[in-house]
Amino acid sequence: MGDPGPAGRFGSMGGRFVPEALIPACEQVEEAFRRAWADAGFRTELTHMLSSYAGRPTPVTVADRLSDALGVSVLLKREDLAHTGSHKINNVAGQVLLAQRMGKTAVIAETGAGQHGVATATVAAHLGLGCTVFMGEKDMARQELNVFRMELLGATVIPVTSGSRTLKDATSEALRHWVTTVDSTHYCIGSALGPHPYPWMVREFQRVIGDEARAQCAELLPGAVPDAVVACVGGGSNAAGTFAGFTATTARLIGTEAAGGAALSNGRRGVLHGFMSSFLQDEHGQIAEASSISAGLDYPGIGPEHAYLAEIGRAEYHSVTDAEAVAAVELCAQTEGILCALESAHALAWVRRAARDGELTAGSTVLVTLSGRGDKDVSVLRELIRGRR
Amino acid sequence: MAAVETVLGQARAKGRSALVTYVTAGIRADWLDLLTVMIDAGADAVEIGLPFSDPMLDGPVIQQASSAAISRGTTIPGILAQLREVSGLGTPLIAMGYAHHACTRGLRRYCHELADCGVSGTIIPDLPVSEADEYLAEARDAGLDAILMVTPATPDQQMQVIAERSRGFLYVMSVMNTTGRTYERDDDARWAVAARSRKHSARPVIIGFGIDTPERAAAAVTYADGVIVASALMRRVMDGAPSTEVGRCVREIRAAIDNAQ
Ligand SMILES: Cc1ncc(COP(=O)(O)O)c(C=O)c1O
Repeated sequence: MGDPGPAGRFGSMGGRFVPEALIPACEQVEEAFRRAWADAGFRTELTHMLSSYAGRPTPVTVADRLSDALGVSVLLKREDLAHTGSHKINNVAGQVLLAQRMGKTAVIAETGAGQHGVATATVAAHLGLGCTVFMGEKDMARQELNVFRMELLGATVIPVTSGSRTLKDATSEALRHWVTTVDSTHYCIGSALGPHPYPWMVREFQRVIGDEARAQCAELLPGAVPDAVVACVGGGSNAAGTFAGFTATTARLIGTEAAGGAALSNGRRGVLHGFMSSFLQDEHGQIAEASSISAGLDYPGIGPEHAYLAEIGRAEYHSVTDAEAVAAVELCAQTEGILCALESAHALAWVRRAARDGELTAGSTVLVTLSGRGDKDVSVLRELIRGRR
Repeated sequence: MAAVETVLGQARAKGRSALVTYVTAGIRADWLDLLTVMIDAGADAVEIGLPFSDPMLDGPVIQQASSAAISRGTTIPGILAQLREVSGLGTPLIAMGYAHHACTRGLRRYCHELADCGVSGTIIPDLPVSEADEYLAEARDAGLDAILMVTPATPDQQMQVIAERSRGFLYVMSVMNTTGRTYERDDDARWAVAARSRKHSARPVIIGFGIDTPERAAAAVTYADGVIVASALMRRVMDGAPSTEVGRCVREIRAAIDNAQ
C-alpha cells in the first residue's frame, strides 16, 4: 500500500473527479500533505498529539472468553479506547494539523454515525478552528446523542435533507459547501475516499492502527503475525489503516461490509464524490441508496484502494447482515465486557460466521480492529432488543 | 469543427451575444416541447441535462429537477431515443452529464451515442482537464465539441491550458458556488473572471452560474460572448409553468442581451 502517484490511482481506481473549481484546493492539500508527511517536525507534532491528547497507543486485548466461544483465537485492536471513542480521531488529528499549516481557519466534515463529526469538532476545538458538520437528517435522528455532542463541542451541525438523507448526501453537500469556502476552509474527509489525495492521505493517517497492531502482535503471538486481520469497511479508513501494517505479511486481509452497503460484493464500477471505485447502482446506473442499521457503514461506495486490493486479490471483502452485527455486539459485550460499535461488530460477526463455517480453521489467530465503542448505538439497540422480547 | 463551435463562432462574428439555455431531460412529459420553445424564443444552443442521482455541482433547483426526472423513469437510453426523434432542429444540443454516466457507459460509447442522436456538444462538470485526455480524444473522434470549464479559482496558467483544449466555447463558471445561487455581491468577481477568461480564449467565452434575470444577462454580455441560463428557467418548470411561459422568459433574456450591445 504505497504512494498512488500524482494522479492518485490505485490500479484504475481513485483519481480526482471533481469540478475544475475544486482542483486548486485538492492540489493544495496534496502538496501540503506531501511536504508535511516528509517533515520530521510534523510527524513529531502529530505523534505527540496522538499520545498526549488522543490516548495512543491503543492496546491490543487478548479476548479469551470470546475466543473460547468462537473456537479461534481473537485479538482486539482497541480503537474504541481512543479519545472520542473511535479511530476517526487519528485521521482528524492529522488533517486538522495540516489545515492549520495551510493557514485555514475552519474545517468542514461529513458524518454518518456522527463519530467523524465528533472527532472533527473535538480537534477543531482543541486547536481553535471553526467547525461545520454536514449530517443526513435520518442519521441525525438515529444518532441524536452525537449531534448534541458536536454542538457541545462548539460545532455547527447542518442537516442534509436531500436524497437518502444519510452519509452519501452529507458528503455531496459537504463538497458543494467546500466550493463556496475553499479559501478559508479545509474539507476534513472522514474516510479513505474522495478525490486524490484523500484516500491515500486518510490511509496514511490511519496506518498508526496497523503499525501499532503489527508490533503488538509480534509481542503477543508466537508466530508474530496473525493468520487473519479483519476490519469493518464503510468507506474503508479503519480497514485501510489496519491493512497498511500487514500487507507485507502473510496475513489474510478481510474487510467486512454491511449487507445493505456492500459496494464490493454487489456494486459496479462508477464515479462518485471525486473518485472511481465500486458503487451500488440501480439497473439504470444511478447510484443506489445503501441501507444498514449502522450509520457508519451506510454508504453505497468503498474507498478506491479497497476496490484495488480486491481486484488484485490481496484482500477479500465479505458482507454481514444487520442481525449478525447486533448478535455480535451482544456476544462481545457478554464475553468480554466491551460494548463495541455496530460498525465494528460487522468485523466480529464475520469472524464468528467464518469460524463456524470452517472459513477460519480452529485455533487460528485473528486480529480484529474494534473501530469504536457502542455508546452511540445504545438507543437503537434498546429499541431493537426490547422489540424482540 | 462541430456545430457548437460553428454556430457560436458565427454569432460572435455577427456581433450577436449567444444565449445557451438548459433543460433537464425527462423533467416532465413535454420536455421536448420545452426544448423547441427555447429554440423558437432565441436560444442559440440548448444544454440537455442528463439526470444523475448525485449532481454535485448543482444547487437545489437542478438537484430537484434531476431527481424528479429520475422518479418519472427517465433513463439515458430513453433520452437518447427521444433525442433521435427530434434531430434536425438546426440548433446545437449540448449534453450535460456527470462523469459517472460517461465512465460507466465507457467514454467512447458515451460520445458516439450522443453524436449518433444528433447531439453536438458535451459538458462533464466533474471531469476536470487533468482527468480528461481520453474523453477529449473520444469526443473529437465522435465529432462532438467537448466544452471545458474555468472558474474564479483557476490560476491563469491553468486557464490557458483549459482554454486551448476546450472546444465549442469556454464555459465560465463565474462564481464559486453550485448552480442557481445568485448574490449581487458576487457580480464584480463574476465579471472579472469572464474578462480574465477572454484573455486566454480564442473561442467564445460564455458565462454561466447564477445568471438569473434579463438584467444580469445584459450586464454579463458586456464582459463575455454570451450567457448560459439554467436554474432560473428550471425553477419555473419545477413550479409547473407551461412551456409558453418558459418561452416568454427566454425571449425576455434574448431581448435584454440583444439590446445590451
Ligand atoms: C466506529 C466506526 N467504525 C467504522 C466506521 C466506518 O468508517 P471507515 O470504513 O472509514 O473506517 C465508522 C464511521 O462512521 C465508525 O464510526
